[in-house]
Amino acid sequence: MIKVSKFIVLFLIFVDIILLGYILIGNSNISVLNPQGLIALKERNLIIIATLLSLAAVVPVFILTFLFAWKYRENNSKAKYDPDWDHDTKLELTWWAAPFVIILILAVITWKSTHELDPSKSINAGTKPITIQVVALQWKWLFIYPEQNIATVNFIQFPDRTPINFELTADAPMNSFWIPQLGGQMYAMAGMGTHLHLMADAPGEFAGSAAEISGRGFSGMKFVARTSSQADFDAWVQSVKESQNKLDLPEYNKLAAPSENNPVVFYASAEEGLYNKIIMKFIAPASPDASQGGPSGGNMHMQGTEH
Amino acid sequence: MMAFIFGKLTFAALPHQWYTLGATFSIAVGGLGIAVILTYFKRWKWLWKEWLTSTDPKKIGVMYIVVSSVMFFRGGIDAGMIWLQQALSAGGSHGFLTGSHFQQIFTAHGDIMVFFVTMGLLFGLINYVVPLQIGARDLAFPFLNTLGFWLYVAGAALINLFFVLGGDFAATGWLAQAPLSELQYSPGVGVDYWIWSLQVSGLGTLLGGINFLVTILKMRAPGMTLMKMPLFVWTSLCSMVLVISVFPILTVTMGLLFLDRFAGFHFFTTGFGGNAMLYTNLIWMWGHPEVYILILPAFGVYSEVVATFSQKRLAGYVSMVCATIAITLLALLVWLHHFFTMGAGADVNAFFGMMTMVIAIPTGAQVFNWLSTMYKGRIRFFTPMRWFLGFISTFTLGGMAGVMMAVPPIDFQVHNSLFLVAHFHTMVIGGALFGIFAGLTYWFPKVMGFRLNERLGRYAFWCWIVGFFTSFVPLYILGFMGATRRLDHYDVSTGWQPLFMVSAAGLVIIACGVSLQIVQVVVSIKQRKQNLDTTGDPWNGRTLEWSTVSPPPFYNFAIIPKVASRDAFWEMKQNKKSKQEKMQYEDIYMPKNTAMGIYVAGFVFLVGFALVWHIIWLAVAGLLGATICVIIRTFDEETEYVLPAAEVAKIEAGRNTNG
Repeated sequence: MIKVSKFIVLFLIFVDIILLGYILIGNSNISVLNPQGLIALKERNLIIIATLLSLAAVVPVFILTFLFAWKYRENNSKAKYDPDWDHDTKLELTWWAAPFVIILILAVITWKSTHELDPSKSINAGTKPITIQVVALQWKWLFIYPEQNIATVNFIQFPDRTPINFELTADAPMNSFWIPQLGGQMYAMAGMGTHLHLMADAPGEFAGSAAEISGRGFSGMKFVARTSSQADFDAWVQSVKESQNKLDLPEYNKLAAPSENNPVVFYASAEEGLYNKIIMKFIAPASPDASQGGPSGGNMHMQGTEH
Repeated sequence: MMAFIFGKLTFAALPHQWYTLGATFSIAVGGLGIAVILTYFKRWKWLWKEWLTSTDPKKIGVMYIVVSSVMFFRGGIDAGMIWLQQALSAGGSHGFLTGSHFQQIFTAHGDIMVFFVTMGLLFGLINYVVPLQIGARDLAFPFLNTLGFWLYVAGAALINLFFVLGGDFAATGWLAQAPLSELQYSPGVGVDYWIWSLQVSGLGTLLGGINFLVTILKMRAPGMTLMKMPLFVWTSLCSMVLVISVFPILTVTMGLLFLDRFAGFHFFTTGFGGNAMLYTNLIWMWGHPEVYILILPAFGVYSEVVATFSQKRLAGYVSMVCATIAITLLALLVWLHHFFTMGAGADVNAFFGMMTMVIAIPTGAQVFNWLSTMYKGRIRFFTPMRWFLGFISTFTLGGMAGVMMAVPPIDFQVHNSLFLVAHFHTMVIGGALFGIFAGLTYWFPKVMGFRLNERLGRYAFWCWIVGFFTSFVPLYILGFMGATRRLDHYDVSTGWQPLFMVSAAGLVIIACGVSLQIVQVVVSIKQRKQNLDTTGDPWNGRTLEWSTVSPPPFYNFAIIPKVASRDAFWEMKQNKKSKQEKMQYEDIYMPKNTAMGIYVAGFVFLVGFALVWHIIWLAVAGLLGATICVIIRTFDEETEYVLPAAEVAKIEAGRNTNG
């Protein structure tokens, strides 16, 4: 009976490994480990370094555990039995020192890499960066290109090998903006602006997602990030400019109302300073005459901040 | 008038979805079934007098474990629905759940598994074992203990109440992150159910924390200095220190959120000076130490199990204690690593990342000390020892993932992804839950007087291990594929579906393990004669709980043992003094049973319910009732009774002749 159970267990483990191996090999698109941008590449390398360092502790633990479990099993009368041995200063110092050394190395790496890969630090690549303002809405992403004066929903395009300066905020519950193949995520929060700098290596199309739960429609809150040559990007901007839609305040208020699985939309122009106005409306107190405009910029006649 | 009497509760709110109707039906049938059985066997009075009103920590411990096991099924069914939905819902198929229903389920799954299963099971173990291990007859505050337990039960009832009385549960994730949990974005009563069920049970946890802290510090047997305490007592003590330090933060945070929702305050709202990041900070200042509240007692169990089954002293006792204390302190200093991605500066992120890694040092030292304990031991592979080896396999994997996520730039890439989900399940299942299983198997003969069936326990263990890896390794990979957590639907083109299916298959294997555990208990009860523990010491144990008979008498020890060293009982056995020659019994003071805990918790339950539905008069009445009960209790001066020495002698003699 015991042998049968062991056989079943081994068989299951075997099936597991085969299945996982098959899926891993069959799917080369493991985005975080398959970076397409500078930041994502550095972050991937960190993953590998951290894994190797942890393995330096984990592998001995594994080996020792199963070695001891085997060697000192009860019916192995050849192994030494010393029931009162419980202390060895040198050995215990080693138990503390070994993880300490590994963590020390990792801590140095952490300090350096956290500063190097600070998302708010701009990337210096010799080309002029492009700013894209990101607004998390219920449940779609609004992108504003202040320099090009266009706006899009659930789609962005930008040139490769050009640093992109994302400025993020939300007019909705907080969310997290994430393009795994280009780099780590950053939160978008109402009344606050955060920064994320990314750069793509080559033309391509990358999946972007809303990583933080933000309500009913958040599973459908996806976008595509397309990178292209500078010329293609310029042509794309032109084509957007020919669109019929204009993102003025009334249009924005309509867009900001909750909707699920929003299609891609292009706007030929965007209200000037829209991004700042969206941030400011949560900072400025909404006075009864807010709709008539005021010095604080809270003149958007927003619904939703009062309940 | 109706609004005054019923608040927001209307007929329209009563259950009408298939799942609430189904749950209401099964609760009704289950309740009726239990009532019929109790009436048929005339057990009502017995139940009330022997169990529900008991102040005996052993009985309260058992009740904790029973309630948590019931809640485990609720949380487990939730888990099954989550996995099934995610395995099915790709591309054109949208699974069998709506987005909002799915979100309620994973929220409830998280809250139930953390607050009502893991916490409940741990409090059950601590209640049963700690007094026995420190050679005490009772807790410092017996009434507080029954009150704490009944508040926990009231919380558990509140979190399931929407099935019966309508409304919905929070669809916000298990920590109800603001501003999503604010009225503006979550207008239903779901978040209020969340607030009040956790508020009520959290109060119970806090009372338990105070009680056990004082008990461990003040009620130890003579001779048991702090450095002679068993490791499980040490880790429980540290866990309780954390409970007392951080549960008030949770209470206040949820209180502020309630004020926002109920009275139009703006602590965490968007706009009007509210700051949602404040909520995130506060909830994780509680939330991270909570992880260690769960894991520390499990570490204690492993220390007991490894020493006992290696038949050897625990190696490096002093350094184990230091490591436990270090983890306790560090647990309070790392909360920010839950939101590196909120744009804090590099200095802040780096500091918290490094502090997080530092925890790996004492944890690593503990693991190595467990290995040293096995070294030159005589290891017997009973089920608890297997759970320990399973824990080493899972915990090292989870620890690796944890160290990775402590590096902020790596965290940017895995935060909010299934990698994170896999990591904390590895820690909570592989760390805390396996420890609880080890503890339950280890102390089961003490509680019941017979051992659990070994073979079935082994099968269950293997199902859990295989199921665990099948279920969670795919989640690590999915995280690297960019799969975020909590998705009720995704595109086929992502290539995630096969992995979700493997993961769901793993859950089926785990479910087999759970079924085997149930069979194990049933079979063990049937075959109890074969596994009887007549000595009180079935494992050749080392600590004081094994010096009593199994199950122990209600006063635990007829004569309070005198402790001269660590592993007190082991020493006694070595010196052959476990059976003292001359029994000089004394009068024993024991706490009386009291129903006041049930009444107070009942009133608090009403307050919680009333505040969910804004029924002000009921909230006031409930508060008044609870207060009056507490006042009455404080005037009750006869809370103890004397068990005369002659009576003790009679009980002990009676057992000796039977045994």
